[in-house]
Amino acid sequence: MRVFAGKGRGAAGGPQANGLTVSRPGSIEALHVKTPRIMRPMAEQTRPDKPRSFQEIILRLQAYWGGKGCAVLQPYDMEVGAGTFHPATTLRALGSKPWAAAYVQPSRRPTDGRYGDNPNRLQHYYQYQVLIKPSPPDLQELYLGSLAAIGIDATLHDIRFVEDDWESPTLGAWGLGWEVWCDGMEVSQFTYFQQVGGHDCAPVSGELTYGLERLAMYVLGVDHVMDMPYNDPQTEIALTYGDVFRQTEGEYSRWNFDVADTETLLQHFKDAEAECERILAAPAEDPKTGRRIVMAHPAYDQCIKASHLFNLLDARGVISVTERQAYIGRVRALAKQCADAFVQTEAGGWVPEAAE
Amino acid sequence: MADLLIELFSEEIPARMQRKAAEDLKKLVTDGLVEAGLTYSGARAFSTPRRLALAVDGLPAKSPATREERKGPRVDAPEKALEGFLRSTGLEKSQLEERDDKKGRVFFAVIEKPGREAAGIVAEVLEAAVRGFPWPKSMRWGAGSLRWVRPLHSILCILSDESGAQVVPLEIDGIAAGDVTQGHRFLSSGAISVANFEDYEAKLKRAKVVLSAEERAETIAHDAAQLAFAKGLELVEDKGLLAEVSGLVEWPVVLMGEIEEQFRGLPPEVLQTSMKEHQKFFSVKNAQGGIVSFVTVANMETRDNGATILAGNQKVLAARLSDAKFFWENDLRVAKSEGMEAWTARLENVTFHNKLGSQADRIARIAALAESLAPMVGAEPALAGQAARVAKADLSSEMVFEFPELQGLMGRYYSDASGLPAEVAAACEEHYSPLGPSDDVPTAPVSVAVALADKLDTLTGFWAIDEKPTGSKDPFALRRAALGVIRLVLGNELRTSMSELMAKHMAMLIDVQVDKILEELATFDEISARWQGREPDEVMAERFEREDASGVKEVDQRLAKGQFALVASPAGLILQVQNLVSFLHDRLKVHLRDQGIRHDVIDACLAMPGKDDLTLLVKRAEAVQAFLSTDDGENLVQGFKRANNILSQAEAADGVEYSFGPDAKLAEAEQEKALFAALDAAEPSIASAVEAEDFAAAMARMAALRAPIDGFFDAVQVNADSDVLRRNRLNLLHRIRETCSKVADLSRLEG
Repeated sequence: MRVFAGKGRGAAGGPQANGLTVSRPGSIEALHVKTPRIMRPMAEQTRPDKPRSFQEIILRLQAYWGGKGCAVLQPYDMEVGAGTFHPATTLRALGSKPWAAAYVQPSRRPTDGRYGDNPNRLQHYYQYQVLIKPSPPDLQELYLGSLAAIGIDATLHDIRFVEDDWESPTLGAWGLGWEVWCDGMEVSQFTYFQQVGGHDCAPVSGELTYGLERLAMYVLGVDHVMDMPYNDPQTEIALTYGDVFRQTEGEYSRWNFDVADTETLLQHFKDAEAECERILAAPAEDPKTGRRIVMAHPAYDQCIKASHLFNLLDARGVISVTERQAYIGRVRALAKQCADAFVQTEAGGWVPEAAE
Repeated sequence: MADLLIELFSEEIPARMQRKAAEDLKKLVTDGLVEAGLTYSGARAFSTPRRLALAVDGLPAKSPATREERKGPRVDAPEKALEGFLRSTGLEKSQLEERDDKKGRVFFAVIEKPGREAAGIVAEVLEAAVRGFPWPKSMRWGAGSLRWVRPLHSILCILSDESGAQVVPLEIDGIAAGDVTQGHRFLSSGAISVANFEDYEAKLKRAKVVLSAEERAETIAHDAAQLAFAKGLELVEDKGLLAEVSGLVEWPVVLMGEIEEQFRGLPPEVLQTSMKEHQKFFSVKNAQGGIVSFVTVANMETRDNGATILAGNQKVLAARLSDAKFFWENDLRVAKSEGMEAWTARLENVTFHNKLGSQADRIARIAALAESLAPMVGAEPALAGQAARVAKADLSSEMVFEFPELQGLMGRYYSDASGLPAEVAAACEEHYSPLGPSDDVPTAPVSVAVALADKLDTLTGFWAIDEKPTGSKDPFALRRAALGVIRLVLGNELRTSMSELMAKHMAMLIDVQVDKILEELATFDEISARWQGREPDEVMAERFEREDASGVKEVDQRLAKGQFALVASPAGLILQVQNLVSFLHDRLKVHLRDQGIRHDVIDACLAMPGKDDLTLLVKRAEAVQAFLSTDDGENLVQGFKRANNILSQAEAADGVEYSFGPDAKLAEAEQEKALFAALDAAEPSIASAVEAEDFAAAMARMAALRAPIDGFFDAVQVNADSDVLRRNRLNLLHRIRETCSKVADLSRLEG
């Protein structure tokens, strides 16, 4: 099990997807070279047409969830193991304020690197993440609608919700839900968050995670991720996933496994941990502005950093079995403190009157 | 009479929880109804992935009215007593009746409760059941506070009789009960309203939902067997998988596909495990036993008859099996080029238990023990040691990392591949056995040595650190290990003293610990020597030679503070070994009881010497049990008990022990003389049979004493007037007691 992975399994397993930076729905046409087809509204009863490229799948998901009222956010600008780490999920699942967001998150799992050779294992890939709080009663139907939007005809396939509870020892988080199977393949994870950072989630958030590469390979009928059309294969400069990522997979695999300097990584880990604690130790009132500013997000950035540094150290094979638990515990302690801080902010449901 | 139908419709319930949940619902509701005075004639529970359903038949329209009379305090009793009585009955003083009683005028309370409508009771009972439902794991959702296994969407709750159906008025956390449900998620649409159970079941079937899990399982088993048969193949049965799969579908559609040729070279167990664990596929084998196809169960009927579904599943399978093949080939390469040692070296970093060291530490102990057990089981010690050292190597292999349930089996394949002897390879697989009360017990000597060493090490280790099982808690499966030891010993008729074996092994644990302490001390002394510019040896020697033997003391102190404190002293060690052996005896009793041997027979044999030798103990018990089932045996025991009772009473009364040899010359009656003669004849042959451990023969010879003993008691009065005669006869009874106790302590038998 990849400890830092928010969702999904390592091997031929988890939802792996690669996304690419995605733009707001308004700019879809600008990005897309030829086919305006994807903008056609997707009636759930009609048989959907098939997308032709990786990016079209992403764009359709963006359009679908945007259309269902989610704020379509951008990827978080830090290295994370899974979309769950984005503060739009981890932190926003806390507190009482309603929330609805969808985004692509580039995710890194250094130990999964295979130099670009493996048909479905990557050290860098994309997840599509949806978080809605409180979880709407028709979340399963909404989810099935998103599959229809990317061309999966539910009347022709066998779509199943199979028990798979989720737990992140590093985030101090857990939830109940399923992995969603399409013809025996896991295409998403579906979780009702119960706790994050040691706090009960009330209301409960519903979280959906799609492994984009894997899902796209299935929809597009591709056997090797590197062969998957990235943009429209009919376009003048047609690019495959391999054209975009094969080389970088090789570069990162080498660096992750053999070159990354472990002394430096260990030092960075310690630094991130110390900085996180230092930030959280600062008094709520900012002496310069006189305002109450709890720095939950900057602290959480350091927690994310520590988590990724641990993953890199793990890939370098310098963390023993016994140390492993200790490192996980240290990251969890940071995540918990960040969660404690976030619920002391307005976005986390803190109300000035209540505090007095 | 009315029938009740309940359905709790939710998002997908984990397959493993469905059956118990349906039964829990039945129990909670029927218990609640009965508690409230509503009887019923029958109840049936059902589950599908999205619903729990319950049909309760033959409920009365109302619960019966009840009238209860309670006697209170006397009319003239203190005010306090009356207050208490009013509180407990909930009545006012004016509502009490005064009646004459034996003790004078007394207050009586008459509490009458009218009958209640069934609907009201059902509503209450169902709400309590839903709110207090014993899910193994439950959750909240949305902004609500109700807990259920997954979000609960609707409640169907109707009471129906000849005049029609009535919705039971009920609302739980905003979900109002109704008379509607839904069919299959994809093969049906819209709400279905139902009037009673038959209507419900029939309409669900039309909406592509098979309500009964048993029916779904039967369909799957039948269709799968047919599909396989049609291709000249055979389905590999798997009851656990069948139960699970029938909880994953509401409308089972069975599909069969082929396994690609390139994967058929994988060991069949790997194919089967990979398909089952990851894909919930059944395996299908050909006439030669090779796994060549799979069966998957879809929840859908499609216009292409499942072609897309099957193709998708086949693709996923190919990816999974590519992984398995990758692991298999990598592991084989390691086994062939580097040998099993490549993996055992890694086990140094794997903790077995923080007080019992790493897996490598554990393996070293098992290897030493296996070597010492080898001669007893007829194995070559070096081979047993070698087998023990590699038996757990596969725990570090890629395949076992991915599929832990293949441990042992992969060890066998890899051990073969690395060119180790066949006995070693077999031990890799067999040393985990036996795992339960009925699976096969290894018989190959090397496997037996390693299997026994493995389990003995586990037992002594956890006893030494005081982690014994308590009540239902047995986190290290020590009861199973004990049963394993018992079955290995009995199955191979091993002759050994358990306490000696365990004491020796426990002592070895301590020795290893002492070595570690000495090492620590040496390091400490080396450092201090370096500081003072002296030779470390010199410092160390000095420490141990000082008059107060401070070195020895230091070791003892550290030992007493460490994880083995409980067994650090010889007395402590003996105590724990005794405790462990009696644990073993307890497990043996359970095991033998399952085999039909009476517990009092076991007790009678446990009272004999050599009970540490389990094989001997069981031999004894079997002979006694067999003997007792004959008339002779039964009667001999009666005779023995009579003799024993008279003797014990006399001994208690007189305060002496009558154990002098009786004198045959003092015998008067023929029967008395005959008993002397019979005992004289029987004793040596019984003794020699016992000596030869032929307990059946010994018991048979004892049986010959039955007639003379009966005859003696019929003709002779033991408590004769003459003291000399009485004493002689009591001494004769003593001889009976002694002679009949050569195989088992018959006084411990019941009845």
